[in-house]
Amino acid sequence: MGEFKVHRVRFFNYIPSGIRCVAYNNQSNRLAVSRTDGTVEIYNLSANYFQEKFFPGHESRSTEALCWAEGQRLFSAGLNGEIIEYDLQALNIKYAVDAFGGPIWSMTASPSGSQLLVGCEDGSVKLFQITPEKIEFERNFDRQKSRILSLSWHPSGTHIAAGSIDYISVFDVKSGSAIHKMMVDRQYMGVSKRKCIVWGVAFLSDGTVISVDSAGKVQFWDSATGTLAKSHLIANADVQSIAVAEQEDSFVVGTAEGTVFHFQLVPVASSSTEKQWVRTKPFQHHTHDVRTVAHSPTALISGGTDTHLVIRPLMEKVEVKNYDAALRKITFPHRRLISCSKKRQLLLFQFAHHLELWRLGSTVATGKNGDTLPLSKNAEHLLHLKTKGPENIICSCISPCGSWIACSTASRFFLYRLTYQHDNLSLKRVSKMPAFLRSAVQILFSEDSAKLFVASNQGSLHVGQLLEGRFRHLHTFQPQSGTVEAMCLLAVSPDGDWLAASGTSAGVHVYSVKHLKVFEYSIPGKQYTEWSRTVQKQGFHHLWLQRDTPITHISFHPKRPMHILLHDAYMFCIIDKSLPLPNDKTLLYNPLPPKSESDVVRRRTAHAFKISKIYKPLLFMDLLDEGTLVAVERPLDDIIAQLPPPIKKKKFGT
Amino acid sequence: MVEQESPRVVRCGGSELNFRRAVFSADSKYIFCVSGDFVKVYSTATEECVHILHGHRNLVTGVQLNPNNHLQLYSCSFDGTIKLWDYIDGILIKTFIVGHKLYALFTLARAEDSVFVTISKEEPDVFQLVSVKLPKSSSQEVEATELSFVLDYINQSPKCVAFGNEGEYVAAVRDFYLSVYFFKKKTTSRFTLSSSRNKKNAKNNFTCVACHPTEDCIASGHLDGKIRLWRNFNDDKKYTYTCLHWHHDIVMDLAFSVMGTSLLSGGRESVLVEWRDATEKNKEFLPRLGATVEHISVSPAGDLFCTSHSDNKMMIIHRNLEVSAVIQGLVKDRNIFTGLMIDPRTKALVLNGKPGHLQFYSLQSDKQLYNLDIIQQEYINDYGLIQIELTKAAFDYSGNWLATVEQRQEKEAELELQMKLWTYNKKTQGFVLNTKINMPHEDHITALCFCNTEKSDNPTLVTASKDGHFKVWILTDDSDIYKKAVGWTCDFVGSYHKYQATNCCFCEDGSLLAVSFEEIVTIWDSETWELKCTFCQRAGKIRHLCFGRLTCSKYLLGTTESGVLCCWNLLSCALEWSAKLNVSIMEPDPESENIAAVSQSSVGSDLFVFKPSEPRPLYIQKDISREEVQWGVFVPRDIPESFTSEAYQWLNRSQFYFLTKSQSLLTFSTKSPEEKLTPTSKQLLAEESLPTTPFYFILGKHRQQQDEKFHENSENELVQLPLTENIPAVNELLHTPAHVLPSASFLCSLFINSLLLSKETKSAEEIPDDVDMQEEKESDNSDEENAFTEKVQDTKHTDLGEDIFHQLSKSEEKELRKLRKVDYSWIATF
Repeated sequence: MGEFKVHRVRFFNYIPSGIRCVAYNNQSNRLAVSRTDGTVEIYNLSANYFQEKFFPGHESRSTEALCWAEGQRLFSAGLNGEIIEYDLQALNIKYAVDAFGGPIWSMTASPSGSQLLVGCEDGSVKLFQITPEKIEFERNFDRQKSRILSLSWHPSGTHIAAGSIDYISVFDVKSGSAIHKMMVDRQYMGVSKRKCIVWGVAFLSDGTVISVDSAGKVQFWDSATGTLAKSHLIANADVQSIAVAEQEDSFVVGTAEGTVFHFQLVPVASSSTEKQWVRTKPFQHHTHDVRTVAHSPTALISGGTDTHLVIRPLMEKVEVKNYDAALRKITFPHRRLISCSKKRQLLLFQFAHHLELWRLGSTVATGKNGDTLPLSKNAEHLLHLKTKGPENIICSCISPCGSWIACSTASRFFLYRLTYQHDNLSLKRVSKMPAFLRSAVQILFSEDSAKLFVASNQGSLHVGQLLEGRFRHLHTFQPQSGTVEAMCLLAVSPDGDWLAASGTSAGVHVYSVKHLKVFEYSIPGKQYTEWSRTVQKQGFHHLWLQRDTPITHISFHPKRPMHILLHDAYMFCIIDKSLPLPNDKTLLYNPLPPKSESDVVRRRTAHAFKISKIYKPLLFMDLLDEGTLVAVERPLDDIIAQLPPPIKKKKFGT
Repeated sequence: MVEQESPRVVRCGGSELNFRRAVFSADSKYIFCVSGDFVKVYSTATEECVHILHGHRNLVTGVQLNPNNHLQLYSCSFDGTIKLWDYIDGILIKTFIVGHKLYALFTLARAEDSVFVTISKEEPDVFQLVSVKLPKSSSQEVEATELSFVLDYINQSPKCVAFGNEGEYVAAVRDFYLSVYFFKKKTTSRFTLSSSRNKKNAKNNFTCVACHPTEDCIASGHLDGKIRLWRNFNDDKKYTYTCLHWHHDIVMDLAFSVMGTSLLSGGRESVLVEWRDATEKNKEFLPRLGATVEHISVSPAGDLFCTSHSDNKMMIIHRNLEVSAVIQGLVKDRNIFTGLMIDPRTKALVLNGKPGHLQFYSLQSDKQLYNLDIIQQEYINDYGLIQIELTKAAFDYSGNWLATVEQRQEKEAELELQMKLWTYNKKTQGFVLNTKINMPHEDHITALCFCNTEKSDNPTLVTASKDGHFKVWILTDDSDIYKKAVGWTCDFVGSYHKYQATNCCFCEDGSLLAVSFEEIVTIWDSETWELKCTFCQRAGKIRHLCFGRLTCSKYLLGTTESGVLCCWNLLSCALEWSAKLNVSIMEPDPESENIAAVSQSSVGSDLFVFKPSEPRPLYIQKDISREEVQWGVFVPRDIPESFTSEAYQWLNRSQFYFLTKSQSLLTFSTKSPEEKLTPTSKQLLAEESLPTTPFYFILGKHRQQQDEKFHENSENELVQLPLTENIPAVNELLHTPAHVLPSASFLCSLFINSLLLSKETKSAEEIPDDVDMQEEKESDNSDEENAFTEKVQDTKHTDLGEDIFHQLSKSEEKELRKLRKVDYSWIATF
């Protein structure tokens, strides 16, 4: 199969930011996730949990609430007091509306989806009407004494429950007045005398209000009488989030200890119709606070300070053992954060607000397969490039020759020229950029570094020529008749003649750069190659299909056209198209064919898939030249080590 | 006098109380527990054993209240029978012969005429739960062969089967799965836990199960200390469970309270945990119960719990988690280092008990008298910890002093050794610590003995150790100005050529001390501590050493490792005789010259009883036990027996008890002690069965007054009525429960009849020689009467249509016959 010299890179000091909110959309089976830096990501749960869209963060926009309304519209609200609607097609912010109530702590859409309710710092609950274009303020509810931290609609839309500090209010939506005020016990078993913060409420259709609070309690209230029905003490720390299933037969809560508890409504006895809420299973997939939970029909979704998005399928709801039955822990973005210059052996790392350029180390030693070679020259940090302004970097790229760096934020596009003089490096920003080039979703250099391709968020593709430190605009491919779909993926052919771009709606456009023409291949009409026809016919190995992480990068071997290199977060694989495909009886993972076996045996057992699981979690892998690979790893322990310490729990036996 | 039975080896007391869950009576007044071949009935208030129900011929494996009559009790046994008892009177009502070996018994209020038992299939370790239909029949012994299968492949322990929600379903656990059988649907659901060998799941094994009394909720205990509460289990897919985790080791048993509001669990931590509302954060503890909680049971009235512990103890615990009574048997779950001793004061058997304790166990009443805490440290119950062990103990002649030795050795060179001397305090009626000696020797103490002289002015103690020394300890004034405090100090240290001292022994009058140093026996003068002479047989290390007693006090006996029993004459300082015998135990009888020796062979243990003066043994009993006999002791009898047979005369004055490796206490006796123990409490019963209501006090007093009056009357009339107890018919009448007696009309005549006869016995008293015979005849008569009445009953049943006239004539006839009989007996007496 070929042996490679691998650069095992562990100096990418990337820390994802913590998850603040998740919102599940049942109609499209998509999940919106907001992080503490203001980033919002959209995951497609039907498509193998792929992170298909992404809105860059902003320093002043910390989201506190995220919700879907009117079907597919996504709103967020945060501590800057603004309600934001996102444009899911163009991948930018549609508009921001100030609610004029101070920081917004909570937001929820009405069961019909036509109204939006926000809870503000000043104790006001504001109702907004959602119009097709915008949202309009309708009225205020009775003002409360302290901030509204949680809100929940009754499924009929007639009442709402609002969690505040030390009490829960129940409002009548028609009159806007509070009809009940349910005081939450501050002290439970003498734990603390601090104020009891109601972190979450849920209003069930039978009139029960479930509240979770900072004293570690999950409480059931009767909203008709305003009385406490039942109380479960489940944690010694805060219970921070709650999500109820649509059928209202189960709900999930997340605690600051990192535990997620599942509650289920079970019949008391098989003969009786009486049912009770029972705490069933605890899940400890997080080390830090679980700030938010969601309940999809088949899974419990949780996220928190430890930056993992955990999707725990409910086994009793999953029919067959397939992709959906596996527990998923998504930590890293599915987009590219690393680009590499093959010629100069440089790596460009993208962080939220800066870029880092490193030169790979080198060695003169040689060794056997599996040996770790000593470095004769250490990796070198060449450049630290900081962007101005509060916006996060969307994308970045380094040219294969290593002399160009391009990056973009939501409002500005930067292009730099690097010049190397022995060990000195000088950087110069290319100043004269065309005015329309303001924000890019994806940037790519051609193989010979002579052309720059920029996918803008308006759906257009710009082609520019790079000559002697200057940028010259060549052409703009306009989007197809009226669509404003943003292109998220770009690829260019090695000869630079063909450019492929893919949007979020699974269409692939192929552009001929020379003739400035557009060819479009939509997936169904595409001409498959002979090999992919065989694959289609024979099907993949069952273990291959049971993998649960999306492939994040594909490349081809420049000298051996039959080889495809691809990787996801846990493995990297070389597919040799010349070898037979594995069937279900053969071993998919055959790490190294034993040397002792004769060539015949080795050839017989060999199949198209060569899989290596040495490097994980693998963020990036590419070929530098024929015999050299670069692999960028980011060990999870390093991330955990840089997070604030979790709540200390007594471990038995220590 | 009846012909004397010859003594045989019988198991004696110390039976297990913790074999199965104890069962409460409906009113929580009694508690039942299986104990060997018997069922014991204890009073929960007084801890007394009220009855021993004997009738089973093999191990009793289960006991349950009759759900349809809470005054009756079912029991099952390995002998293949289910017996129904009246526990108030302690009598057997019925026997159902099932035929299979029965491992566990369950009853259900719903299934009126059937019970559930666990039986084994042909293959080992495969057990079935079956329901047995108990046929309705008036006869005493009934065959119950109608078995219907319920669940297969279950665990034999009754802890692993539970019936829930008034018998809607039965849950059984084994290994890694839980099976639930629904009686209505007649379906079985099976839930399996992961059994993979990774760290998380490796100890998922189920250990016990309990069912909520009203809700559909099954609680299961696991090897890793988790408790799972299963719900929704009537749906194979949507079942769910909650985990409760406090125990760090195996959950031994679980029980729901009567209303199901709380769950009780117990395990090796020796803590009873009450989970209120089945929530993890709301739990109460009852800690320091002393030993692993083996079983938990709840009284039907809900006011009491009972826990059985591995140290053979039952604790009755109040609903508010306060211990109200402790029923303690012989503690058996530990190694016995101290051997068997007799406390001279209480005549109790003394041996290692709970960890760090000496237990005083009354052989007469099969009951632990008390525990003496020797080590006085909190015992940490964890596997693999090296504990302080109580290794040696000895009493002095009068029981005033007790010496104990404790040791702990973690590494070869780190020996912790402590000797404690305890004095008997008459005020507190117990032993109090007098002297504590740290490191009395450099190495292990091998033997410990008091000088057994009756002059108690200066008690002397000798310790022998592996460090090559023996030390003499005497009681001296402690430096106290009032000269009242006393303490023990070392008086003399002796050694012999740096050999390890292995045994020591004082002669009967205390003038000589024998100390063995490996192969050599040295004799020391106890006045001057001079070495008098040495004996050396070169036949291996000395294992036991003892002086002869009474007429044989000139002999010294020793056994060696190489299997030689030697007897030396102290006057001639020569070997009197020796025998090739591999003796593992040698015990002198304190009441006679006899010495018992137990020899070990591959097939079993043999007992030899001999006098030192003659090498020919008095008595040989082969195969007293199949196992190794570890310890033995002679216990003096309170009342001497009178065995006429020469072979058994050695048993007349004291009894020989011995302890085998599996810790069963055995003895030689004509009948088993349980039978002897047939409680004196029978008389108490009449009173006890009356409820202590305010009415009882009024009526009770009233009755007493009546009794007094009656006595006065009787004195006035000078009619000497014999005690009713002496008349078998009356006895029979009073001690048979009313519901099994024939109708009063029949009894009446019988009763009158017996009274008539009794008048006649009064005259018979004048001829004391004939009394026995007379009584025998009487009982015969009454038997006849019984038979007769039965016959009458039969005729009555068949001739229901007959008029009363005939009946009358019949009764007249009967009367006549009686008169005739009376006449006859009159004649007979003269």
